[in-house]
Amino acid sequence: MLLLECPYCGVAADETELAAGGEAHLKRETVGSLDAEFEEYLFMRENPRGVHFERWRHAYGCGKWFLAARDTMTLEVFGTYPAQSKKPPKAIENLIKKKRPDWKGWA
Amino acid sequence: MSTRLATGGRLLDRTRGLEFTFNGKRLRGYEGDTLASALLANGQTLVGRSFKYHRPRGIVASGAEEPNALVNLGESGRFEPNQRATTTELFQGLTATSQNHWPSLEFDVGVLNNFAARFLPAGFYYKTFMAPRAAWKHVFEPIIRRSAGLGKAPKDRDIDRYEHFHSHVDVLIIGGGIAGLQAARAAGASGAKVLLVEQTASWGGRAPVDGAEIDGQTAEDWIKNALVDLESKANVHLRSRCMGAGVYDHGYALAYERVADHTPGDGRPRHRLWRIRAKQIITATGAIERPLSFAGNDIPGVMLASAVRDYIANYGVSPGDRTVVVTNNDDAYRTAIALKAAGLVIPVILDARPEANGALVEEARDLRIRVEVGKGIAKVKGGKKVTGISICAQAGEGAALEDIACDAVAMSGGWSPVVHLWSHCGGKLVWDETNAHFKPDVDKAPTNQSGEGFVKTAGTASGAMSTGAVLQDANDAGKAAAKAAGFSAKSTAAPRVADVPEQPMAAVWSMPQGAGIKKRMKMWLDFQNDVKVSDVQLAAREGFESVEHAKRYTTLGMATDQGKLSNINGLAILSQSLNAAIPQVGTTTFRPPYTPISMGAIGGEARGELFQPVRQTSIHDWHAANGAYFEPVGQWRRPYCFRRASESVEQAVHREVKNTRQALGLLDASTLGKILVKGPDAGKFLDMLYTNMMSNLAVGKCRYGLMCNENGFLIDDGVVARIDEDVWLCHTTTGGAERIHGWMEDWLQCEWWDWKVYTANVTEQFAQIAVVGPNARKLLEKLGGMDVSKETLPFMQWANGVIGGFDARVFRISFSGELSYEIAVAASDGRAFWGALIDAGEEFGLMPYGTECLHILRAEKGFIMIGDETDGTVIPQDLGLEWAISKKKTDYLGKRAQERSHMTDPKRWKLVGLETLDGSVIPDGAYAVGQGRNANGQRITIGRITSSYFSPTLDRGIAMGLVEHGPDRMGEVIDFPTIDGTGTVIKARIVNPVFFDKAGEKQDV
Repeated sequence: MLLLECPYCGVAADETELAAGGEAHLKRETVGSLDAEFEEYLFMRENPRGVHFERWRHAYGCGKWFLAARDTMTLEVFGTYPAQSKKPPKAIENLIKKKRPDWKGWA
Repeated sequence: MSTRLATGGRLLDRTRGLEFTFNGKRLRGYEGDTLASALLANGQTLVGRSFKYHRPRGIVASGAEEPNALVNLGESGRFEPNQRATTTELFQGLTATSQNHWPSLEFDVGVLNNFAARFLPAGFYYKTFMAPRAAWKHVFEPIIRRSAGLGKAPKDRDIDRYEHFHSHVDVLIIGGGIAGLQAARAAGASGAKVLLVEQTASWGGRAPVDGAEIDGQTAEDWIKNALVDLESKANVHLRSRCMGAGVYDHGYALAYERVADHTPGDGRPRHRLWRIRAKQIITATGAIERPLSFAGNDIPGVMLASAVRDYIANYGVSPGDRTVVVTNNDDAYRTAIALKAAGLVIPVILDARPEANGALVEEARDLRIRVEVGKGIAKVKGGKKVTGISICAQAGEGAALEDIACDAVAMSGGWSPVVHLWSHCGGKLVWDETNAHFKPDVDKAPTNQSGEGFVKTAGTASGAMSTGAVLQDANDAGKAAAKAAGFSAKSTAAPRVADVPEQPMAAVWSMPQGAGIKKRMKMWLDFQNDVKVSDVQLAAREGFESVEHAKRYTTLGMATDQGKLSNINGLAILSQSLNAAIPQVGTTTFRPPYTPISMGAIGGEARGELFQPVRQTSIHDWHAANGAYFEPVGQWRRPYCFRRASESVEQAVHREVKNTRQALGLLDASTLGKILVKGPDAGKFLDMLYTNMMSNLAVGKCRYGLMCNENGFLIDDGVVARIDEDVWLCHTTTGGAERIHGWMEDWLQCEWWDWKVYTANVTEQFAQIAVVGPNARKLLEKLGGMDVSKETLPFMQWANGVIGGFDARVFRISFSGELSYEIAVAASDGRAFWGALIDAGEEFGLMPYGTECLHILRAEKGFIMIGDETDGTVIPQDLGLEWAISKKKTDYLGKRAQERSHMTDPKRWKLVGLETLDGSVIPDGAYAVGQGRNANGQRITIGRITSSYFSPTLDRGIAMGLVEHGPDRMGEVIDFPTIDGTGTVIKARIVNPVFFDKAGEKQDV
């Protein structure tokens, strides 16, 4: 059972306190987008064996959404950060680069 | 025959005798016995029948690894099958019965399978029952179900209670042998919070039986002192009868405490599941002895050498008068020495190694025990019990050299560390050639959220094979774990031990080495699943080369013991058959729990009324006292209808519908979701959330709105009221309140986080009561306090005021098509306000109504219901709700998706009303068929029923449904075949979905 630290309330929360929300940092496509762009937004998701950025909600805690950088294979958590982020914080990015030299990098 | 010795038994209290029964036979034991030791003490060596061949089986082991001695334990509310006799503590009045035999344990008809063993090889089921299908269902399956399988399923409700404990510790240590105790001392000295759990009732593990000397004390004394020391430390917590069941991600672990298994009915919970978060976990889980594979190694009386020693030392039980010891290592000589000390006869020790000169071997020789090296067992003689053995040369094919009479055999094939808990969460293993076992690869520990190892092993579980090495390893593990958990370790030294030097063991996978097929068919690898050496070899020959495939094909290592005895021996045979090294073949996956744990413990307190919280409105008690027939709606309980005297449910519903249409109905609508949305950007936000415009709604007005997801599909609906310049109140469906509130928060927190909007789910803050029907206004005017006239409070408006002395917010909205007021009062006033309405309403023909009446009223009006007309694939346009979709807005959630080609396809099924030609009610969900068949030969479907009711108002069946080109086919009759097997086809005419008051005049008066 995963343990993720909620960046708002600082609690190291059990997975049972959290609700998973899928891939993070999606760019919302809407009216005016091409079919292919909209399809990408609506359906296409990363499914990496390794570094992944994802949405979680501290559903049975403070209720806030936050983002996590996590290795899907080893379940190592590189860090959690507020949902109001266009991209992962530099510190987390650097940590991932250090720990996973093969990582293809952010975006 | 096994029996109780006159003296000995370190765990027994011989002053406290206990009575118990086995298969109805009254037997006696002592406090401290396990069921297994007590059975052996009573000479009961035959304890069960094997799974497949129904061969007689006896007790093999003394602990959790026991494969054979599984019994039905207890009766009625405490009945439980498949309980291991070796881990069941004896108590006064225990009742046990043996399993898997008919008609009796002594005489079992199923043993015929044994004589047909040649025809029941690995994969027998797969090969035999391929065809025909009917034969499987009617012949093979019923027979197999009766003859295979272990215990019986309980029939009665479990009368015990169970609970969960949550614990957070720095270091969790699993296993209370000397390694666990020393690790706890080392870790505890640093100040770290330590939890030490031990699966049995006694501490110290094997050390007192094996006779180690530690720090100049006997093992027994050292353990006693260690316990005193640990119990004096506030930061160390000890639990016996508590098994480490599983190790999971990020330091999560489960432990299973058998609190009251040995004291049933004393009021304590029977089992307790510990849900533990540990920074570090040490598995000090010891090792399990392996059987040897020789012909007849499953006959009752053949036991593990260590188990024989345990029964003598711990329980004062002799397994037999004459015990042959057969081994490939020095350790088994301890058993011979223990037997000798107890005054029993050891006709011979057969050592498969070419030579044996270790200290223990010489001690045995000095005791004048006959030792034969390079020898093994050609076969064991006997049926329901051992009567003798034939000796052979280990190197040969098994020609008998000498026959020896004996009534027990103690075997030892070496020791395998218990690596289960290390492996549960991904710890890797390495093959140790010297000891022929897998042990933890310390460089590849399971990793935690920081990517660092969080499991360490201590003692024999690490592969340390002498007492000195065990304690050194445990001391190091304890210190390392404390350090990794953030404490500075004290420099505790490991205790001093003078180890008895042992000579290396020799791997023996088959005895004798060159055994022919007849012998290999009698060499059991997995006693519980009846898998023999020949079965694994067959699986390899037939191409099941992966260890995971071979396991499933042969069933090796399955069922309740999960291969604790069979795993390594089976792997070795498989690797030989494949001409591959054992590490290349690898092991199967170790999965939690370590041994089976009870379903009750997993459920804990979450049963009966505590299984799920039930939500009740503030008016619930009135409903319950007035004939309410409840139905679950989400977590709520809502009245489906209110039955009177001798009424059926259906009669009650019909009465409620008619009364509401003709006079006055009262509905508890408190469960309706109520979400306040407030802020300078609230209007903008709601315009994105709803398909229609909400920002231009005037204060004091109400508007019906639809919400879609980004796929364009309808997810919720409800009336929105504008309360103030920057405040809107959004009503949601009963089941949707929490989901929609979460949905709003998702968009506000993750997409439009710069918008100034605040949301609050106030569903439970209000009781909401719908006053519905032609007499609604009369009732409110009688109660008085505010003007509810059409002029002051017209349809689709709301007002604050006082009614009958209650502060209220009154909405002129209608889900029934009748004159209707939905009145919200504080939840604390709900019950009183309801009572006031009931009392005042009598003269106007007031009757409360339930959810089914609500459904019929709305269906008669063609109003959609989320979950009936929608199923996650329906867009508003399918339901003819274009009028509720804003053309002016540039964007809303779902708008882009509704432009996709499939969503604008004219062939999408659309909402219509359906009237059966004969007035009957079409089954809900029925499909309409068109001309022709699809590629699978099935009838083409052109529509389906989404809601179907008998309408008391119209006195006929009415339905709503989605039909291809439906709105363009008004008046057409389409076919709904029934699925009741009669071939009946219901014919229905496509009509307007509004069946009643098409102009909507009744609600707007």
